[in-house]
Amino acid sequence: MATDHSRITARFMISPAVFLLLGWMIVPLSMTIYFSFLNYNLLSPGLEEWIGLTNYEFFLTDPAFFEALANTLQLVLGVLFLTVCGGVGLAVLLDQPMWGQGIVRILVIAPFFIMPTVSALVWKNMFMNPVNGLFAHLAKGLGLEAFDFFGQAPLLSITFIVAWQWLPFATLIFLTALQSLDKEQIEAAKMDGARKFNRFYHIVLPHLSRAITVVILILTIFLLSIFAEILVTTNGGPGYASTNITYLVYAQSLLQFDVGGGSAGGIVAVVLANIVAVFLMRMIGKNLEN
Amino acid sequence: MGRIQLKNVTKRFGKLEVIPPMNLEIDEGEFVVFVGPSGCGKSTLLRMIAGLEDVTSGQVLINGEDATHVRPARRGLAMVFQSYALYPHMTVRNNIAFPLKMAKAGREEIEKRVTSAADILNLSSYLDRRPGQLSGGQRQRVAIGRAIVREPKAFLFDEPLSNLDAALRVNMRLEISRLHQSLGTTMIYVTHDQVEAMTMADKIVVLNAGTVEQVGSPMELYRNPVNMFVAGFIGSPKMNFLYGDFAADRSAHAIGIRPEHLTLSTQSGTWKGSIGIAEHFGADTFLHVTLKDDTQLTVRAEGENNLGHGDIIYVTPMDGRIHHFDENEMLRRG
Repeated sequence: MATDHSRITARFMISPAVFLLLGWMIVPLSMTIYFSFLNYNLLSPGLEEWIGLTNYEFFLTDPAFFEALANTLQLVLGVLFLTVCGGVGLAVLLDQPMWGQGIVRILVIAPFFIMPTVSALVWKNMFMNPVNGLFAHLAKGLGLEAFDFFGQAPLLSITFIVAWQWLPFATLIFLTALQSLDKEQIEAAKMDGARKFNRFYHIVLPHLSRAITVVILILTIFLLSIFAEILVTTNGGPGYASTNITYLVYAQSLLQFDVGGGSAGGIVAVVLANIVAVFLMRMIGKNLEN
Repeated sequence: MGRIQLKNVTKRFGKLEVIPPMNLEIDEGEFVVFVGPSGCGKSTLLRMIAGLEDVTSGQVLINGEDATHVRPARRGLAMVFQSYALYPHMTVRNNIAFPLKMAKAGREEIEKRVTSAADILNLSSYLDRRPGQLSGGQRQRVAIGRAIVREPKAFLFDEPLSNLDAALRVNMRLEISRLHQSLGTTMIYVTHDQVEAMTMADKIVVLNAGTVEQVGSPMELYRNPVNMFVAGFIGSPKMNFLYGDFAADRSAHAIGIRPEHLTLSTQSGTWKGSIGIAEHFGADTFLHVTLKDDTQLTVRAEGENNLGHGDIIYVTPMDGRIHHFDENEMLRRG
């Protein structure tokens, strides 16, 4: 890649891929932006008319929007907290030499292979169901009243399910990071008088900081668009208690047939996601350098 | 402070016996070097003294107290690792201060000790850098600094110079020797390089396959190696071993003679041979000579000569410098 000639050839060679990706992104985006300025309802086809920013006004002043925004944040932060803490803990445990290490590691990764709708349904019907669920049976066995997870704490229950799904991913990344830790550093810390907790806090955790950054970045992007788990468990309810922005856009465009309003919501979600991404990059992207 | 004794110490990994029962005494203030080829168990032995490796049986005594099951930090020893094992996310200052922080020393105390360690090791201007921004030699000094601040009973060095380039290695060798003289602390040093062993040690322990071949001062080992392994390991270039007729003439299984204990002549001498390769170092010349029966011999000659490939020369061993070995490769006395 040294000469000008080869550089120009390289640009030329990658241009088809770049244009394809650009088109892939730009066509749906511009269509969504176009729809968001229309009064476009599927119940009255053919009557679309240009209404300017009205759709945005409606979407942004809807009380459900603020609730959904808060829910989205709560969901993302909750899952991040659970996966990062749990992931670090599990990775440290799995890094210990033990019998059957290979099988245990595969078992830990297993939840990652289950599709979101299935795992959410399994949790909903087999574990968290207030009548037939395992947790309800346990509670009854202990003489307690069964807890209605999706009625009493819908968002928390969904947070838990999503965290359960993403925990393996975080664990896997932390585990590989742990395995690259120089064993002599741990031994040096032992010689220096650091007990287990101090070794973890002063040596292991700083070593993992880069991996933690990566997990937070990737997970945030995925978690902003959680949808399937909400659809199959609570349908965003009760009320708007478990509706996030993604689900609100769905409800607007496909339950109320308001494509214009839904598109406006979609654009708002894109803007919000970008704001979050920029903040994340600024705040913790520094960690990735050096 | 710092007397270390090993009493019948053994080490097994599963069924493999790495170190058969071993006894060793290291006196206060001594600079002891464990030397041997790779895989001879010298690092394992050091790690057992440090407490990083369990002792299968036997006792490790530090200052007369049984430390066999004491955890590493409580033994009061400090170790310098081959990879230096610096903490990459901490500054040099924090690296050196780490053992003191773990010992919950006061802020002023830490500051004072870190500053004095940095002065001794010429690190004062690097205190706020990270290990990644330092050269190999500087990292090495930080690792030593981290050991010094603990004021240990003994320092343990695990091949500390093997990651440095040749010139720096010579420098650090001197610095470590100087450090030993100024601190007077017991030091145990593991290396596979006999030059390091010869130049630095008060006492060398030659190890082979987990067993001690010989213990003694560098010159003792040089003059009186007890067997062919030690004879061949200590000294550079290696001692020449001659078998067959050369040994039979002196009624031995093998004889050994160091390259520097041979005199050279172009007219007459004990053994006749032709020069294969002449390595001119300037100060010395090492001649690789082929005797009869394809026996190879290395001879150290003075630097200024114009001998070269193919020249016929005569070599004569100096009086009393020949070592006689029996069938078990042990030195035959008398």
